[in-house]
Order: sequence, then structure tokens, then C-alpha cells
Amino acid sequence: MTQLALVIDLNVCVGCSACVTSCKEWNTSGEAGPMTDYNAYSRDPTGTFFNRVQTFEIGEFPNTQTVHFPKSCLHCEDPPCVPVCPTGASYKREEDGIVLVDYDKCVGCKYCSWACPYGAREIDENQRVMKKCTLCVDRIYDTSLPEARRKPSCALACPTGARLFGDVHDESSEVSNAIRDEGGYQLMPEWGTNPANHYLPRRKQRVQIQEEDLKRIDNPLKDENFTKPGADDATLEDSSWI
Amino acid sequence: MHPAFSVIFLTTLLGIGQGFFLALVTAQAYIAVNLVPVNQPDRFYAIGTLISLAFLGAGLFASFFHLGRPERAWRTVTQWRTSWLSREVIALPAFMSFVALYGATHYFQLDFTLIQITETASLSLTLALGLVGAFLCFTLFICTGMIYACIKFLQEWATPLTVINFTLLGSASGFSVASVYAALQAPELINLFAGWAITLTAFAALTRLLSLYRNARLKPKSTVKSAIGVRHSKIRQMAQGAMGGSYNTREYFHGQSLNVVQLVKWMFLLLVFVAPLILLSTAIIIKLSLLFMLAAGLQYLGLLAERWFFFAQANHPQNIYYQRA
Repeated sequence: MTQLALVIDLNVCVGCSACVTSCKEWNTSGEAGPMTDYNAYSRDPTGTFFNRVQTFEIGEFPNTQTVHFPKSCLHCEDPPCVPVCPTGASYKREEDGIVLVDYDKCVGCKYCSWACPYGAREIDENQRVMKKCTLCVDRIYDTSLPEARRKPSCALACPTGARLFGDVHDESSEVSNAIRDEGGYQLMPEWGTNPANHYLPRRKQRVQIQEEDLKRIDNPLKDENFTKPGADDATLEDSSWI
Repeated sequence: MHPAFSVIFLTTLLGIGQGFFLALVTAQAYIAVNLVPVNQPDRFYAIGTLISLAFLGAGLFASFFHLGRPERAWRTVTQWRTSWLSREVIALPAFMSFVALYGATHYFQLDFTLIQITETASLSLTLALGLVGAFLCFTLFICTGMIYACIKFLQEWATPLTVINFTLLGSASGFSVASVYAALQAPELINLFAGWAITLTAFAALTRLLSLYRNARLKPKSTVKSAIGVRHSKIRQMAQGAMGGSYNTREYFHGQSLNVVQLVKWMFLLLVFVAPLILLSTAIIIKLSLLFMLAAGLQYLGLLAERWFFFAQANHPQNIYYQRA
């Protein structure tokens, strides 16, 4: 069974919000749109977004780290938002595990958004239905696009490659390897939602320097303390002091 | 959570309608087994049914204001296998139709004895319909309560006390309103209705205080650590991804200060429990219908505050992601 998901590398994310704008641009003009904004250029701007980048400061000055944290629907394998929907508008696709909303069936009761511990769903105040990240379902299967472009638009937009996209059930996929090798984790595991999206933690690259790294024990010249031969001595080429 | 007035009116008005109907059936059952000596005319039940239906209809009307697309409301009956909201949408009209049937059989006097239990006690058609209606009434209470109690990460709601409180508070307020009806139309039922109203209000006070006690001691399972997956005790939000607020800040925060929330709590404890208990007890003794009206009115005002507090107190784990702009 396929479970498409994003793996977001917090070690690489620089918080530029390119994924936010490209998500908004693609989806507002795609089948999930329009995602209307209100007061876009005045006080209290608001609007529907499927993806946002938040920023957290870890630690206390001066020992702080800044973590940029992209946040979108995690496409849970056991999504609590789906069974609560009274109309069946909210569903999880069998074939690829994407959690979607049928905008023509949604009655706009907001119950699904209450049932999501991550706050991943947003009401569209204009269309008065619930909306959420679709993993760009309207482009990842689009055969008119070159194969390399059949990815969620956030993943394509990311300038640092912090967003990996693939099948987390395929053990040999890029995303599965990343989760396994780089310590990928799920958000709020305490609720048993089993999110498909994973996050890769901040990692510090440390060089382990051993004594033997500093002293060349495998020196082909063996003896580090040799003295330079004098002018009258045999040259390096014909000497046998090696 | 942000308390939505549509849902506050929906749940409180349904509660009165349900409790009022339970009061009518209780009266008829007591009369059927001769616990209350005076029989009531069919007109009493028929008009009572209309009052109950009026409250239920008002609640149903309020519920539509919660929907973004009310014209699609018919679709909400389809997911009864998994959704308590869908089950409520089925239980409400099912209950209302039995209430209507109960009233109609009384109004048209289509009554006959189904089972003769003893020489003086019998089960009539209308009472049987009323008992089925009472069963559906409790089904509806369970569905309404479970809508909130089934969301496990809203820890303030995820307890059987939620269902118990909805049931007891709804029944208590319904019996209080029924006391007013009895005071105006059937003085011989005052003691029955007001007595039950006092009993139910007292029990509701007990269970509501229990849930307040429980919720005050809740430890949130989710922390900012588990929310973003960084193991550090000092994590401060610097940006939430939107400067002017969003659905996440509007829907899940009540936006009131702690003082207001505390004030509402004391207000509802006073109005739902203390005042009606005193007023009803006094009214039973001096038989003054104005006091019954005051008791029922104050209790309903208190229930609005109670329901507001119920929503405001629920702390959604998504709020962890929206601590600072």
C-alpha cells in the first residue's frame, strides 16, 4: 500500500516561506481554489493557507537555536478528522493515503478541524467549506508534466531541498531512507494518529579528531623526525634511508 | 475553543425540549400507576408536546447557523457508522417525530389500553409512545454528549462526565420549565415536576462540580516538545506563519481573559444550581408561579454561561502552535 508523504528536514529549512507562497499560488488557481484572502493589504490580513512556516527559538540567550518549522497537513495513517465527518466529505484515499475533502459534499460544520490535534485544517470563509493540504493531488499524477515536476509545489519550490516527497511505505524510497538514516520522527505521537509526514531533526555535524588523525602513523616516510640530507649527501632519489 | 453561539443555543434549547418531554412522560407514567391521583386531560399533553417541539425546533434552527453550507445538511445523515454528529442528526428528528406522534395521539384522543398491568394500572398507547420517545430522548442526549466526549485530545471533554452532564443539565432545565407549565396549567403536578427539577439540578451540580474538579487537575498530554519534536525545556515561539491571525487563532481561542472565564464559571454555578434550588424549593412551599418562572429563566441564562464555559475551557492541542504571533 502506498502512503505518499512529505519528509521535512528541519536541519536544512531556512524559513524563507517559498513553500508557503508556491503552495498558495498553485492551490488557489487549482481545483482547491480560490483560497480567498481578506484585508490582504490592510490591518489584520487573513486568508486560507494549507502550509505555513513557523519559527521557534530553542534555549536561552546566548545559547539559542532558531528552528524554522513548516506546518501542513500530516496525512495521518489513522486520521482522527475522517471518521467524525457527518457527510463523508472528509476521506482518506485508499490508493495513496492522501487525506482529502470533497468540497461539494462538505457542509462546513468545522467538526473535522476540531478533531485534528495539529490544527491542519482551515475553513474557506468565502466558499464556506473546510479545506486542507492535498499534497497537490492535482499535479503529482499529471502526465502532461515532465516526470520530475510531478511533485507537490512546496517541495519543488524549496530552494534548500528541505522537503522530500515520496512513498513512506516503500522501504527503499528516498523518504524512507531519510526517515531511517536521519532520525525522522512524527509530531505528537501521543495521540496515535500515526502521521505520514515526518520531520528530520536538527543535526550538528561534529568531526571526531583522534590522536592518529593528527600524527601520521601511516606516513609513507615512516620516520617523521628525519633530518634533511646535506648538500653532499645522497639525494632523496638515490638514497636508501627510507 | 471559541464558543459558538449557534452551538450554545442548539445544545441548551435541545436540552430543555428533551427534559420537558421527559417531564410529560413522567407525569403520565406516574398517573398510569396511580402515584399522582389526578388525571390530566389530553389537552395538557398535547399543548405540552407543542412546547417541547418549540424548544427542539428552536435548537434545530440554531444549529443551521453553525453550518457553512446549510443547504447540504441532508448529507449529514450518511456517516452514522463512524460519526456521532451524524448519529445526532438522525436521533434528533427520530425523537422529534415520536414527540409529535405522542402529542398527536393525545390531541386526537387515539388512546386505548395496550396492557392491563393490574386492576388500576395500565399501559396505554400514548404512554407506550411516550416511553419510546423517552428512550430516543436519552439516545439523543448520548449522541450530543459523545460529539464532544469522543475527541480524545480535547482532554476536558474526553470523559463520560460530558455525556452525564449534558443529560442531567438538559433534563433539569426541562423539568424546571415543566414546573412553570404545571404552575400555570396543572397545579397538582407542581410537586412532581419541581421535585424532579430539584433532584436533577442537585445531581447535575454534583457531576458538573466533579468535572470542574477533574478538569482543574488535567495535565496536558501534548507539549511544545512533542508538538515540534525538539527535546528542550525552553522553547519560545517567534512566528506563527501569519501576522494577522488565522482560522487557527480564531476558532480555537476564546480570546477572553482568565478573569472573565472565572467570572462566567461562578456565574453559571450560581444561576444553574444555587438560585434554582433555592427558588424551586421556596416556590413549592408558597406555590407562586412567578418564582417558577424566575427559577427556569435564571437556570436557562446560567446554562448559556455553562455552555460558554464548557467550550472556553477546552484547550485544543493545536494552540501549542499558536502561542505568539
